[in-house]
Amino acid sequence: MTAHDPKLSRRSLLTGAGALVIGFHLPRAARAQSGAGAAYRPGGNAAFAPNAFIRVAPDSTVTVLVKHIEFGQGPFTGLATLAAEEMDAAWSQMRAEHSPADVKLYANLLFGVQGTGGSTAIANSWEQMRKAGAAARVMLVQAAASAWKVPAGEITVSEGIISHASGKKGSFGEFAEAAAKLPVPENPPLKPASAYKLIGKEGAVKRLDSADKARGKAQFTIDIHAPNMLTVVVARPPRFGGKVASFDAADTLEVKGVVDVKQIGSGVAVYANGMWPALKGREVLKVTWDESEAEKRGSAELIAEYRKLAHEPGTVAGSHGDAEAALAKADKVIEAEFVFPYLAHAPMEPLDGYLEWDGQQALARFGSQFQTTEHQTIATILGLPLEKVSLETMLAGGSFGRRAQVSQHLAAELAMAAKAIGPNRPVKVVWTREDDLAGGYYRPLFVHRLRGAVKDGKIVAWANHIVGQSFFLGTPFEAMVVKNGIDATAVEGANEIFYEVPDFRCEVHNPKVGVPTLWWRSVGHTHTGYAVECFVDELLQAAGQDPLQGRLAMMGDKHTRAAAVLRAVGEMANWKGPGPVDGRARGVAVVESFSSFVAQIAEVSMGPDGEPKVHKVWCAVDCGVAVNPDVIRAQMEGGIGFGLGHALYGEITLDQGRPVQTNFHEYRSLRIHEMPEVEVKIIASTAAPTGVGEPGVPPIGPAVANALAALGHGRPRQLPVKGGTV
Amino acid sequence: MVSLKVNGTTHNLDIDEETPLLWAIRDNIGLTGTKFGCGIAQCGACTVFVDGQAQRSCVTPVSAVAGSEITTIEGLAGKEAEAVQAAWTSRDVPQCGYCQSGQVMSAIALLKENKKPTDRDIDLAMNGNICRCATYVRIRAAIHDAARALEI
Ligand code: FES
Ligand code: FES
Repeated sequence: MTAHDPKLSRRSLLTGAGALVIGFHLPRAARAQSGAGAAYRPGGNAAFAPNAFIRVAPDSTVTVLVKHIEFGQGPFTGLATLAAEEMDAAWSQMRAEHSPADVKLYANLLFGVQGTGGSTAIANSWEQMRKAGAAARVMLVQAAASAWKVPAGEITVSEGIISHASGKKGSFGEFAEAAAKLPVPENPPLKPASAYKLIGKEGAVKRLDSADKARGKAQFTIDIHAPNMLTVVVARPPRFGGKVASFDAADTLEVKGVVDVKQIGSGVAVYANGMWPALKGREVLKVTWDESEAEKRGSAELIAEYRKLAHEPGTVAGSHGDAEAALAKADKVIEAEFVFPYLAHAPMEPLDGYLEWDGQQALARFGSQFQTTEHQTIATILGLPLEKVSLETMLAGGSFGRRAQVSQHLAAELAMAAKAIGPNRPVKVVWTREDDLAGGYYRPLFVHRLRGAVKDGKIVAWANHIVGQSFFLGTPFEAMVVKNGIDATAVEGANEIFYEVPDFRCEVHNPKVGVPTLWWRSVGHTHTGYAVECFVDELLQAAGQDPLQGRLAMMGDKHTRAAAVLRAVGEMANWKGPGPVDGRARGVAVVESFSSFVAQIAEVSMGPDGEPKVHKVWCAVDCGVAVNPDVIRAQMEGGIGFGLGHALYGEITLDQGRPVQTNFHEYRSLRIHEMPEVEVKIIASTAAPTGVGEPGVPPIGPAVANALAALGHGRPRQLPVKGGTV
Repeated sequence: MVSLKVNGTTHNLDIDEETPLLWAIRDNIGLTGTKFGCGIAQCGACTVFVDGQAQRSCVTPVSAVAGSEITTIEGLAGKEAEAVQAAWTSRDVPQCGYCQSGQVMSAIALLKENKKPTDRDIDLAMNGNICRCATYVRIRAAIHDAARALEI
């Protein structure tokens, strides 16, 4: 995304991993977050400015400070695996915690600021964390060598035990103090892949957070309690762009437990002793909204406008040959229009945040995904210098993109709520599910208009008009992703495709709509994956080609990794064409996203109620070196479930600008009986690892749609397939 | 004044009678393992046992359960609980983990009633619990694991 090299540069060695310290300290704000973290309290709450990734405690526990937020995708486990591998630690001694917000130490090397997104956690820590572990090992070994008066080269480390042929043995904890006094090696050697004991090894590593999460012990933001703390809910405008005109809090203040009511930037905040009085207080709050600048168009109007725009020339995002000329002289042009609704992320834990301040310094604790910018936002609003504000990243109950806030709106609301009530009243701002679903920052509504032509069994022309909002144009993040007026996140996966088509064109329109939108698990690929993989299937069908073989033939020899996952998934499913056989048909799709390649085959039947039933999904993934195979499988399973639920049922509809779906009874979420069986194959690779949090999502929708076509139902032109309530 | 017996301890709380059990447990008693996901009995994140029966605490007013034995995830005991939590851990079921207290409670309730649930039994017992991370494949496998462990 930016010019930062994820490889550990000399500079970052000095400022980042080079500052590796082995010590006995715990960062000031850190609380136990990971599995056995509860047992790790060396140094108590000693004040300490953390400057490293690894802590070794006297009891030999190794705590990895993870700069990426853990919301289920597994960075605690993944980054601890990298460090443990190079340290030759035993897995049972590993722990993980979030690192504090500190851009100098913990920037995402791909972003230049601290933050998580784009499935980058493993990719950008791959070298950094192994080097941090390797440096720790060198220092521990040196400390042991000095104590035992033997050459360091004669010492071995295995399963966390340092030993020498003379029979001397010691633990990490015994040498931690001595190691801390040694110089940090600048370029510690890394293991060859052949020596790995944990990386890529089935069963070698279990998630660090499972035991606590199965026992209700994991601490999320919503679980924070502090003396004197107030719970805050905010009444926000019912239409996007609305503002508070006036409010009457008389009834609210009558509610037992309500403490105060204040107008803040995002609406009217109700402060109470607990969630229930806060909710009751908000229910009887009377707010008059100024909607003069609010967005009042509904989904139906927007779709109609977008459809029209899709017939007008847009900004060219990709082109070779002359698609228009080729289409003009084709015998038959096949045309398809696909409509994608607004979608909410609906993370299981709705947005929330905690902040305490005394007028001089502040501590914010929440599931921060862009720590650097949120840290700055909070400091600015409170009028404090950055160094007086600490930000502690909490475990979060999902994100799917919702916490990766370009606008910083949650951090801002949190700081405004704290500021409005004044110092020494800690606040916990909590969104309800209704707030969440009506709160915007949706996956944007998109329309794709595709035209193609086939001749002699081949696809000869392809033109795609994409219409949808950009959530980057006009924001401070614009420079990161917008090139030549093209917001890459709107066209990724569609402006370049795997398939060799001689005449190709992709154009985009980014209309201005007053609905806040945001990336949503797999971003542009949520719609481009569906449009492209449905349309290529449709053209191949028209050309009389097999969906899988036809795709392979069109990839030529340029897209070897995409072809390999496609072949692999075909073998797994014993592909013999789409069917149907005994009422079940199969559809295939393959998508590259975030530099990982995923192909899926879905086996589908039509239920008596007119709802598709997805029985089984085969999934082949190539994400480079597979650091934690089981975490990768889990992300594929979860990505398939998430993608399927939304393709089948998910939709936020706007009625005259107001979101219609209020809670899970209307925003239908995939449930256990709708989850297919999933079989995952991870392609062996020596390429540097790439992400897995998002890439499982895009192929499932089109794979199911292509199976529906084989069942004679056609490929759904408008999502969701079924179950949208409006 | 409402009197609630949670995990064997009686709490006398000066709160509104309509307060959902969920918020009394979380905010007034301070047990936060029980989660809020929807507030309208749609997601199951708030599942607790009331006199041994799984119930959605977000729609249960405290006045309705005064005098009942309430069990939250913090107060679990017994072989089903142990088997389920062990299976959840060894299968690495959780992702974000936020729904999992509720999933675990529902799974335990199922295994108390049905020693050998079929896939269909699992569907029926668990479809009130949403997991936005879609950990369903593993939830199903872990329930079968736990059932097997309980046979021995
Ligand atoms: S919070 Fe009670 S069912 Fe969702
Ligand atoms: S594990 Fe995240 S919602 Fe279930």
